[in-house]
Amino acid sequence: MHRSGLIVWEALEKMRAMVRPGISTKDLDEFAEGFVAKSGGHPAFKGYRGYPGSVCTSINQEIVHGIPSASRKLREGDILSMDFGVEMEGYFADAALTVPVGSVKPEREKLLRVTRESLEHGIEKVRLGNRLGDVSSAVQQWVEKNGFSVVREFVGHGIGTRMHEDPQLPNYGQPGQGARLQEGMVLAIEPMVNAGRPAVRILDDEWTAVTADGSDSAHFEHTVAVTSNGPWILTRPDSAAGPVW
Amino acid sequence: MARPNRPEPEKKKPGEGSGKEDAIEVMATVVEPLPNAMFRVELENKHQVLAHISGKMRKNFIRILPGDRVAVELSPYDLTRGRIVYRYK
Repeated sequence: MHRSGLIVWEALEKMRAMVRPGISTKDLDEFAEGFVAKSGGHPAFKGYRGYPGSVCTSINQEIVHGIPSASRKLREGDILSMDFGVEMEGYFADAALTVPVGSVKPEREKLLRVTRESLEHGIEKVRLGNRLGDVSSAVQQWVEKNGFSVVREFVGHGIGTRMHEDPQLPNYGQPGQGARLQEGMVLAIEPMVNAGRPAVRILDDEWTAVTADGSDSAHFEHTVAVTSNGPWILTRPDSAAGPVW
Repeated sequence: MARPNRPEPEKKKPGEGSGKEDAIEVMATVVEPLPNAMFRVELENKHQVLAHISGKMRKNFIRILPGDRVAVELSPYDLTRGRIVYRYK
């Protein structure tokens, strides 16, 4: 799973470097598809429940599951969420980040920072003996303390030989509740954070989730294994340090 | 890719287990008595099904004769069997 995770990480880092005003979300999707083909893996999202792309690209008020499109060009000041998953030799990994296009308003900078930090707070709780609710509530509390809200309609998930496995991992919850974390469990932790209200609307394409109030939304994700040494982030190199994205 | 949030399936409460709530209640006419307090009844849609008397009716000695109008609960899983729950006067 770490090998598929490293492909996810490298693809997302390269896509992050490509992001600039004028390129389309389809360009990113095609790059990711080509990259994963060369690396010997398969894009995990393509065809999943009929999803048409390899990447989910969600701009501004789009929360998750935006479908890449050649007519959708990035503009200066946008924020873009990129969510990517890879299957290699039967094992899945899944990660996401939200990046600014050019320079963005300070409120958007803050949304990105708080969402990334909420993921870090969640990962910090991935320890033997902790419970799912400890992870969920760490994410929720950090988000709400900073005046934003967490999306309820979508959740993180177990991941392994399928992309979505049990348990569900909501981004809200009570400390001490839920299943206990055991060595070898692997979770996709993915806070989806709205600047405004938590409510969600699904567009007519049946995939794109947007904020009901039109406020901005950000999404960060890592695939994390539970080990006796604490959390092991499978979707980045072990040598990486500093912020998780 | 985020997973849609699905609530855990609700556990059945004690006493709710038999699935009696799921039964379809229909009108029927008793055709013939059979051994062991069973009856062949004809539903309004002319289907004939095998029906036994509900425990409550048996306890209270409600007698059922051919030709009686009765209410029958059908299991949605096996539409050839039913439970007589009421005899109309």
